[in-house]
Amino acid sequence: MASESVIDPIHQFHILKIVDLGEPGGVQLAFTNSAAFMFGIVALIFFFLTFATRGRTLVPGRLQSMAEMSYEFVASMVRSTAGNEGMKFFPLVFSLFMFVLVANFIGMIPYGFTVTSHLIVTAMLALVVILTVIIYGFMRHGTHFLGLFVPSGVPAFLLPFMVVIEVISFLSRPISLSLRLFANMLAGHIAMKVFAGFIVMMSASGFLGLLGGTLPLAMVIALTALEFLVAALQAYVFAVLTCIYLNDALHPGH
Amino acid sequence: MPETQGPAGILVIAQADAPVAHGTPPRDGVEFEVPSTEAHGGGFPPFDVHTFPSQIIWLAIAFGALYLLMSRIALPRIANILEERHDRVADDLEEAGKLKAESEAAAQAYEHALATARGKAHGIATETRDKLSAESDASRKSLEAELAAKLAAAEEQIATTKTAAMANVRGIAVDAAGAIVGELIGSAPVPQAVEAAVDDAIKS
Repeated sequence: MASESVIDPIHQFHILKIVDLGEPGGVQLAFTNSAAFMFGIVALIFFFLTFATRGRTLVPGRLQSMAEMSYEFVASMVRSTAGNEGMKFFPLVFSLFMFVLVANFIGMIPYGFTVTSHLIVTAMLALVVILTVIIYGFMRHGTHFLGLFVPSGVPAFLLPFMVVIEVISFLSRPISLSLRLFANMLAGHIAMKVFAGFIVMMSASGFLGLLGGTLPLAMVIALTALEFLVAALQAYVFAVLTCIYLNDALHPGH
Repeated sequence: MPETQGPAGILVIAQADAPVAHGTPPRDGVEFEVPSTEAHGGGFPPFDVHTFPSQIIWLAIAFGALYLLMSRIALPRIANILEERHDRVADDLEEAGKLKAESEAAAQAYEHALATARGKAHGIATETRDKLSAESDASRKSLEAELAAKLAAAEEQIATTKTAAMANVRGIAVDAAGAIVGELIGSAPVPQAVEAAVDDAIKS
């Protein structure tokens, strides 16, 4: 940064080293703000779920209701898209959903860091999903898993093209999964910062500017509401797509 | 999250490949400034590959920990609570069903007792009615018999009286006819002739 008194829409995405771990093997390693937020998210999820259910009451209180709702929401999502067999992946889907959801919401806190606004993070999460699909698919069905790429009821001369298309669509899944979340979080946060910057810029230029500054202020308010929606929606989309891909691993036939 | 650091209000648009342009003259009290790409170790942060190894490692550790905590502790715990509630509700429903069956049985017993009592009451009523009607029949018959006997006696008396009266009428007629004939012819007729004549008249 050139100085501390600048408005930089990208500043929020900077990775700051908290503890530098040097460069073992030529790669930079450090405990960063991103890592701190990741652990914060994990701790928040875990303590929320255990604290909310500490009473184990028959008639749940508010917090316990929230914990149970999150459980049943994800459980019904897994059951409806991947069937009862899919429940063996329930902890994975639940972890992914909660991680992305809480990361997105933490990012909405001023001065917070949005873990999911980093492509490498969303790419790794997508990789976890797609590797689970591939590994489980081959373990469960062996070479039958490749039937995923051979749609049934297609004329023989079209089959090679269809297989190519299916393979490409399978490979593009992790890319679209990670890019969707990353781009949504990044773009939303940049848009908010840019409009918030307009407020400061306009209000610095006198009374009329102060008056005009209410327009971007209204925009920022609307964007904040939208971002909350997007934060929840993207976590849901990520989890649902995970379930759909896992369903392919469970039932590879078309 | 509005990030309004400081009062100056300077907007910086960071671009990885933008030329370094420090010291652009301020315009309307607002300074547009493009920071040097080296400020944070180069480029647009999400595409800064130098941070990737750290992020991958910490994400792996954090997400692995999250997965373990969820699958080992948190989720079984919630599942337990939900299952307990489900069991409890099922137990309560079963209990309620049992109680309902019991109450239904009680209601049935009550209905049965009521029907029995009603039948018994009906029997008693019928019996009483039959007895009463038999009694009244008997008394009516005896009364009728008595009345018939009295009627017969009265009829007999009437017949006797009538016969007597008829006999008297004949005697009076004979006497009257004898007297009328005696007055007309001046001498008393033969009683037998008068009697015969009166009998003839009565017969005709």
